[in-house]
Amino acid sequence: MTTTTEKSVNPQAGKAGTPLLEVRDLHVEFRTRDGVAKAVNGVNYSVSAGETLAVLGESGSGKSVTAQAIMGILDSPPGFVTQGQINFQGRDLLKLSEKERRRIRGAKMAMIFQDALSSLNPVLTVGYQLGEMFRVHQGMSRKDAKAKAIELMDRVRIPAARERVNDYPHQFSGGMRQRIMIAMALALEPDLIIADEPTTALDVTVQAQVMDLLAELQREYHMGLILITHDLGVVADVADKIAVMYAGRIVETAPVHELYKQPAHPYTRGLLDSIPRLDQKGQELYAIKGLPPNLLRIPSGCAFNPRCPMAQDVCRTDIPVLHPVTDSRGSACHFWKETLDG
Amino acid sequence: MAEPILEVRDLVKHFPLTQGVLLKKQIGAVKAVDGVSFDLLRGETLGIVGESGCGKSTLAKVLMNLERATSGQVLYKGEDISRLSGRALKAVRRNIQMVFQDPYTSLNPRMTVGDIIGEPFEIHPEVAPKGDRRRAVQDLLDVVGLNPEYINRYPHQFSGGQRQRIGIARGLALRPEVIIADEPVSALDVSVQAQVVNLLEKLQDEFELSYMFIAHDLSIVRHISDRVGVMYLGKMVEIGTDTQIYDHPTHPYTQALLSAVPVPDPEAREGRERIILQGDVPSPANPPSGCRFRTRCWKAQEKCAQEVPLLAVPQVLSGPAAHDSACHFAEEKDVVGAA
Ligand SMILES: Nc1ncnc2c1ncn2[C@@H]1O[C@H](COP(=O)(O)OP(=O)(O)OP(=O)(O)O)[C@@H](O)[C@H]1O
Ligand SMILES: Nc1ncnc2c1ncn2[C@@H]1O[C@H](COP(=O)(O)OP(=O)(O)OP(=O)(O)O)[C@@H](O)[C@H]1O
Ligand code: SF4
Ligand SMILES: [Mg+2]
Ligand SMILES: [Mg+2]
Repeated sequence: MTTTTEKSVNPQAGKAGTPLLEVRDLHVEFRTRDGVAKAVNGVNYSVSAGETLAVLGESGSGKSVTAQAIMGILDSPPGFVTQGQINFQGRDLLKLSEKERRRIRGAKMAMIFQDALSSLNPVLTVGYQLGEMFRVHQGMSRKDAKAKAIELMDRVRIPAARERVNDYPHQFSGGMRQRIMIAMALALEPDLIIADEPTTALDVTVQAQVMDLLAELQREYHMGLILITHDLGVVADVADKIAVMYAGRIVETAPVHELYKQPAHPYTRGLLDSIPRLDQKGQELYAIKGLPPNLLRIPSGCAFNPRCPMAQDVCRTDIPVLHPVTDSRGSACHFWKETLDG
Repeated sequence: MAEPILEVRDLVKHFPLTQGVLLKKQIGAVKAVDGVSFDLLRGETLGIVGESGCGKSTLAKVLMNLERATSGQVLYKGEDISRLSGRALKAVRRNIQMVFQDPYTSLNPRMTVGDIIGEPFEIHPEVAPKGDRRRAVQDLLDVVGLNPEYINRYPHQFSGGQRQRIGIARGLALRPEVIIADEPVSALDVSVQAQVVNLLEKLQDEFELSYMFIAHDLSIVRHISDRVGVMYLGKMVEIGTDTQIYDHPTHPYTQALLSAVPVPDPEAREGRERIILQGDVPSPANPPSGCRFRTRCWKAQEKCAQEVPLLAVPQVLSGPAAHDSACHFAEEKDVVGAA
């Protein structure tokens, strides 16, 4: 396997001063009984205050693990950050002590988790858990904290918040639990929010409301937002730019409109082609052939090569760098030009 | 026409609302499912859509007898299964399987994936004799696109989408006749989603499976469903073939829902009219009188507050618009559907 030294082309970085968050060449691996799973293999991305970065990509490609590394909540062991930097408000988070990181979490950066039920404590009422944020971080009284909790539940549109503030998580529907998680993340008005599939459990009308709410708060407080999602419709609505992940790397990055119109990476193209279209009813859906890579044995060269319709010999030997396609976009494909034209 | 395999009749599920810690006094009830009737036909896919909290998961759980119905019936091949327990229930469960909404909490963290998927075989050993089980589990892993080598891993070692596929593999293990799938593909990226949907359709053709498919993604529901039911606040408000619902919706809630679908192509989004619903979702503990949608409906009149609209074919409508719709003023409206 030939390794090409990877020039970090980060077309988005430094456009408007220093970004709020900048992830540089991040590597994360899981040391498991069966071997070392390389989950994140050199991720670069950045987000500025007031900006929304959408992270798309295959299931298992390392989107959540990257987010966990940023938040400092990686399951470790077996997970380890082996290389890279995470610069947040001018400091490399990877160099901070656990105590310092804990102070940043919740107050300066917050995460909305993919798994709403398991991140809420089943034996505590929802109101208590929301109120706790204010009691712990702001020393509020029990009564004030409860009032705040109700206000937050209202804000994320839980019907009859006042009556339901003493209910337990399992008594809420999937979508409501998700909104409670969102309320919790927003509570302390952090500078950065990482939303890991915040709307998958929501129907389209509530989804629209929640995304509007996030966008509104983002404007109001000038927050940076990293939105991890599979929903290409949501992305089109709210994101400024997109990063597409595959096998622990960013394979394409671009402003939203350009990516949809003309993908520059075969994986992105396959993804866009897989969206169900109504005129194809009754036909089989297009799906990228083959299985996702085994992270214990990532293919040499371009990790996508065994599934790629464009692959040539060079794809099996050389890892493609993120080629600048334009000033504002990049593609990690040897044949990005052909893909763009194709 | 195919015969019904499940007949749901006036199904109700209320959760008591209590006050006080020691003396739990009942002060009301969350009317999660409040009088729902429909049939699931053999070999068909019935899609169920509706606002978050409208009772879709509760409906699924009551059908599976994981929650006891407050009242009403669920007939499986003509027999009421809503009151069964013990051995009789176990026998029925083999044929009706569920894939859960939440791939996180529905998988036991202390069991390996092999044990999780193989668990149904423990309960129903006749399906796969002991010696064949490991093979059977590996086949299932392969079928849902997971590496069979992962058989000894634990759930937390998988990503969200991978866990969702474990749930699907388990649901398929016993080769049931009916699968009730609660958001089975919502955690998957569109390409894996396409693989799973193609797989579900293939299995359906092969084994004449019936699916009840609950999802928020209206495009995927349209793709997979023969018929679609739309729920609002514990009620079924409209039900029909996919063409009737998507191209000729007559209930205002369905129209609002379809108009809110985010469209992946940013260019195509311009020029679409979105019906933005006014007001908040009412509490299911205290639903509005008459039509439950009236507090947010732009067409609401006096009558809507007084009379509960029944789910039936509105007399004034004809052609594809003539299908069951629970609205006093049902009529077609041009909405750009989930394109
Ligand atoms: N604790 C762990 N131990 C071992 N492997 C892990 C662990 N956590 C995650 N992984 C592996 O790391 C890879 C990346 O997982 P991650 O959760 O980041 O995927 P993802 O991109 O968020 O996918 P999805 O869209 O399905 O949520 C996966 O292959 C997963 O199996
Ligand atoms: N165990 C319970 N106790 C009390 N109320 C409950 C319980 N389970 C569900 N509910 C309530 O019943 C209503 C319907 O919930 P359900 O989970 O069926 O909704 P859903 O349509 O599946 O929503 P989503 O799309 O968000 O998953 C909600 O108001 C919910 O809070
Ligand atoms: S580098 Fe080669 S294998 Fe990889 S995406 Fe491009 S063409 Fe396909
Ligand atoms: Mg994830
Ligand atoms: Mg649900």
